[in-house]
Amino acid sequence: MIETKLPFDQQYVRTFSEGNGEPSWLLHLRLQALAKAEELPLPKPDKTKIEKWNFTQFSHHVVQSAPLSSLEELPEAVKALINLEDEAKNLYVQRDNTPAYLSLSEDLKEKGVIFTDIFTAVREHSELVEKYFMKDGVRIDEHRLTALHAALMNGGVFVYVPKNVEVETPLQAVYMQENKEAALFNHVIVVAEENSKVSYVENYLSIHGEANAVANIVAEVFANDNAQVFFAAVDHLAKGTTVYVNRRGVTGRHSRIEWALGLMNDGDTVSENITRLIGDGSYGDTKTVVVGRGEQTQNFTTSVVHYGKHTEGYILKHGVVKDSATSIFNGIGKIEHGASKSNAEQESRVLMLSEKARGDANPILLIDEDDVTAGHAASVGRVDPTQLYYLMSRGIPKKEAERLIIHGFLAPVVNEIPLEGVKKQLIEIIERKVK
Amino acid sequence: MAVLTIQDLHVSVEGKEILKGVSLEVKGGEIHAIMGPNGTGKSTLSSAIMGHPKYEVTKGSITLDGQDVLEMEVDERARAGLFLAMQYPSEISGVTNADFLRAALNARLGEGNEISLMKFIRKLDEKMTFLEMNPDMAHRYLNEGFSGGEKKRNEILQLMMLEPKIAILDEIDSGLDIDALKIVSKGVNEMRSSDFGCLIITHYQRLLNYITPDYVHVMMQGRIVKSGGPELAHRLEAEGYDWIKKELGIEDETVEQEV
Repeated sequence: MIETKLPFDQQYVRTFSEGNGEPSWLLHLRLQALAKAEELPLPKPDKTKIEKWNFTQFSHHVVQSAPLSSLEELPEAVKALINLEDEAKNLYVQRDNTPAYLSLSEDLKEKGVIFTDIFTAVREHSELVEKYFMKDGVRIDEHRLTALHAALMNGGVFVYVPKNVEVETPLQAVYMQENKEAALFNHVIVVAEENSKVSYVENYLSIHGEANAVANIVAEVFANDNAQVFFAAVDHLAKGTTVYVNRRGVTGRHSRIEWALGLMNDGDTVSENITRLIGDGSYGDTKTVVVGRGEQTQNFTTSVVHYGKHTEGYILKHGVVKDSATSIFNGIGKIEHGASKSNAEQESRVLMLSEKARGDANPILLIDEDDVTAGHAASVGRVDPTQLYYLMSRGIPKKEAERLIIHGFLAPVVNEIPLEGVKKQLIEIIERKVK
Repeated sequence: MAVLTIQDLHVSVEGKEILKGVSLEVKGGEIHAIMGPNGTGKSTLSSAIMGHPKYEVTKGSITLDGQDVLEMEVDERARAGLFLAMQYPSEISGVTNADFLRAALNARLGEGNEISLMKFIRKLDEKMTFLEMNPDMAHRYLNEGFSGGEKKRNEILQLMMLEPKIAILDEIDSGLDIDALKIVSKGVNEMRSSDFGCLIITHYQRLLNYITPDYVHVMMQGRIVKSGGPELAHRLEAEGYDWIKKELGIEDETVEQEV
């Protein structure tokens, strides 16, 4: 029996918020959210039962970690993600819930770019954060987990790129789970103002092989008119961490949001990625690759919703499932009434590597407008024997041939990652997971 | 000198016998052409030699330099020195042509003897230039979105990179225009040496204008029904297959729809 009563009360949330020096709007929002968390139901990801998953019981909401005095203190696995040589790097490192390191190039600071931890952001840029925090992206009252997220948010970053500013070097964030029992309620906001351009790359990773923890992650991305946002993530939280992650994008006119998500958690995971194409002529492209192994159950919902005219939405999902893992892939292309001349395309493919693995690809098109184009392709199957034969006929042993095919299958996201260290790490994770 | 020996080979596909006793010997330095109308078992022979899982050898033997090929897995056959340029090469997304070729080459060279990246790139450049291939073909995904001609050229590139002892070219000429045909032939001729034997499967004589075979065999009803020198190919070009059918009293030359 899972305890459904929340382990935190109004008094706790108030003290926590005040301790952070948060503005009153956030305190009120948190209290409101906490009340809602008590009454709202859990989300209902299609085809996965999560009623018995533990999203609410955990030992530590806050753990004390020291800021880093030097990046040299980081574990090797984290150092490998970072270009230590680069003097002008834009990097944020968080140890559990503690902002531990931040650097932003002088040039970007001068141009008015904000890249800072969420607590500093709400103190120093209160109005700006308030404008975007859980309003037009993810709402607190969607279900228990979004409400709980707002009530207990304990980490994250705020990215703001002013009008006409193009950020050349990607902004990088690394969220480390160091304490095996620490809960992470991480909130990321990326705002790209008119005509701006930015890439943001995040890693969630555990320092230990196994944990007993909860992660409730929300990312909200806003690409205002003519802006371009590229958002890459590699999630690799340890077995025993129950993860709810919701990444959402909202586009202005003629703007673009592109996602490249490597979802490599080893615990049970519900991942939701929704892009709302509000502005006319806007573009959303979401690429997701996934590996499920062991006993884990995962549910991945990717959706692009077209509101604006002439909008284009692309969904690509490739998943590998092995051992007795279960992975459900829901892809939803939705065209609202009025979104004429829009195009919704999706491709979902699942590769099953063992008898006991379960994989399910559900492509859904919901179209409420006549003058549109749409298409989908979905497949669930094993490694293609004809491809294997072809590679083997060149002398490549079966195992290596399978490895090549699997890596190729997951390449659409790997190839998009703009930071070499992160890309290499993703390849290594895939290597270890599919072995 | 390599010798591929095929004796009394019988092969079935899904329970249906396609090859009904094929015997053939291909030595290093020799080029053999197997000709014949569609559906006579030519491609079955090539797939059976390479070890395609769908083809079951029910009788007979295949050896390479005395080693039992039928006992080997597909990859072992390749490493032993066999190569099959396929009629329909697979497309493999996400794997670049260069990465694939390097993996294949290294598998052949064995652990500890891998080719250095610089040496590999030089070799690849050289062969691609020879085959007049666009350099970016190296970085495109293996056969993905390649035209028919590009795929065939890519098969020959692999042949030249991997340098097998015995190569089988399964309808390498199908769907090629004359320029592509010339380039593909140029590649095969470049390989010609006493260390290289080749079995060309085709139903057009056209290719043999550019690659002169030492031996020509005609296949019908799952057997080699006639063998000769290059003059046999010329006669087939001029007169077709009917005279052979008449000579041998064959009414229907096919065995089954070729797979």
